[in-house]
Amino acid sequence: MIRALEISFTDWNLLRPPKGVGFENYRRLVADENFWHSLRVTGLYVLYNIPIQTVLGLLLAVLMDRVVRALWLRAVVILPYLLSSIVAGMIFVWLTNPQLGYVNAFIQWLGFEKQPFFGSPDQALASVAAVNIWKHMGLTALLFYAGLQSIPRSLYEAASIDGSSEWHTFWHITLPLLRPVMAFVLVTSVIGSFQVYDMIAVTTGGGPVDATRVIVWYISENAFNFLRMGYASAMSVVLFLILIAFTLVQMRLLRANQSDLG
Amino acid sequence: MIFVTLFPLWVVLKTAITPAKDLFAESTRLFPSSPTLINFERVLGFLSLEQNQAAGGSGAVINFAHALRNSLLFTACVVIFQTFFSALAAYAFARLKFPGRDLIFFLFLSATMIPGVVLFIPNFILMRDLGWLNTFQGMVAPYVLMAPFAVFFLRQFFLSMPKELEEAAYLDGASPFYIFWRLVLPLSKTPIATLSILTAIATWNEFFWPYIVARGDEWQVITVALKAFQSQSPQGGADWTGIMAATSLAIIPVIILLVVLGRQVVESLQFSGVK
Repeated sequence: MIRALEISFTDWNLLRPPKGVGFENYRRLVADENFWHSLRVTGLYVLYNIPIQTVLGLLLAVLMDRVVRALWLRAVVILPYLLSSIVAGMIFVWLTNPQLGYVNAFIQWLGFEKQPFFGSPDQALASVAAVNIWKHMGLTALLFYAGLQSIPRSLYEAASIDGSSEWHTFWHITLPLLRPVMAFVLVTSVIGSFQVYDMIAVTTGGGPVDATRVIVWYISENAFNFLRMGYASAMSVVLFLILIAFTLVQMRLLRANQSDLG
Repeated sequence: MIFVTLFPLWVVLKTAITPAKDLFAESTRLFPSSPTLINFERVLGFLSLEQNQAAGGSGAVINFAHALRNSLLFTACVVIFQTFFSALAAYAFARLKFPGRDLIFFLFLSATMIPGVVLFIPNFILMRDLGWLNTFQGMVAPYVLMAPFAVFFLRQFFLSMPKELEEAAYLDGASPFYIFWRLVLPLSKTPIATLSILTAIATWNEFFWPYIVARGDEWQVITVALKAFQSQSPQGGADWTGIMAATSLAIIPVIILLVVLGRQVVESLQFSGVK
């Protein structure tokens, strides 16, 4: 980490020895339109991912808790999470293949036009987010499920004796008690989404027309393709600071350290 | 839900067992009319170049058997060494007294917050200076000594263990390492198994670091090989049956792990969130 910080103050392409340039990399970064673009793309990606993933995960967890608690079901639900992003990306590139994929065949069967998905600048980022949601929803559900299990049943009984409706109980008892799990899920999935790279590498490669050039992609391009080690390090330091800030804000908002049970 | 999870995987497998010549004709069928294992044979490198091309492959040599071996080695090494060193470190943080211990632990923990890319650049330069690019040790090195989550996790467990046993052993003149090896580790089977499962899954699926540090043929792991296979494939007439056979190879070990150790896997993952 300290080394990264140190490199960020140099101009270094690995061929010549590093040259100290002070804050030059940071100045350049502020003026770099591509850097801001990649931040916007990343932010949009996080916005697509987090609400849908969290709501679907919670829904699934409640269903598992109410209907089937079998272990095999949890194992099936968690399966996509166990696959690498490369594999998940590959599966969906194939499923959405314009000529041969099932997804487009299904869309046509419903009577709509075929969609380009990863091939269109407008749809690519959302498509990547959809694959990510497919992959992570199961883990989110599993974590919420574990959270639900830890809520004492007696609380629900008390609520139903008081004549509380299902929805009311969920909103006023279940959800607040899930807050520590919620905090964990949000913090880790936001940090994870900010760092998306693998899935981009198989599905879109940053394209089409920069539509999916997220921040980590841009950093690694600079570092490992153009060998701008100093500049890439400066960007990664900024990314780190952004993540720290996000985490602190989220922890504060969710008051993660206090459980209402205690 | 089960459909949403399993259908895509079935499509992968179905494509992998479809002969390349039937791919277009049977693109919307759910079962191939003449299932075959030939795609697996060719991505594993069992067929000669001519046989390969006759079965719909490109002229390129693909050898996923090699990539599978690399992935297995990589995963096994990281799991064994990371768990061992993390356990050592965690034990030191939990039991041994040395100056600045709590400060060092705090610094170590804050490293969990650092995103991968930030570390990859200095690590990459270090590996390059050591001449370890495209070597196995270069690929494994960053994982072996740097695992803050693992250390944190095991430290919590060690702290909760009763001290009396260890104290008795000390009185008998045992060394700290002997106690660690003979007493503490055997008592920690469950958390160590949990940690090993989490590490194995993460390592098997790792892409970014192996991709930048070991891109050459020699040590390509399966994710990197898969990506390379996809990039080599021509845009128009991609070798989909081959790609899907290779994808299946990356998925099958995970499914085996889940079938054999289902309960432990589910519980490990549940636990990873409740720390």
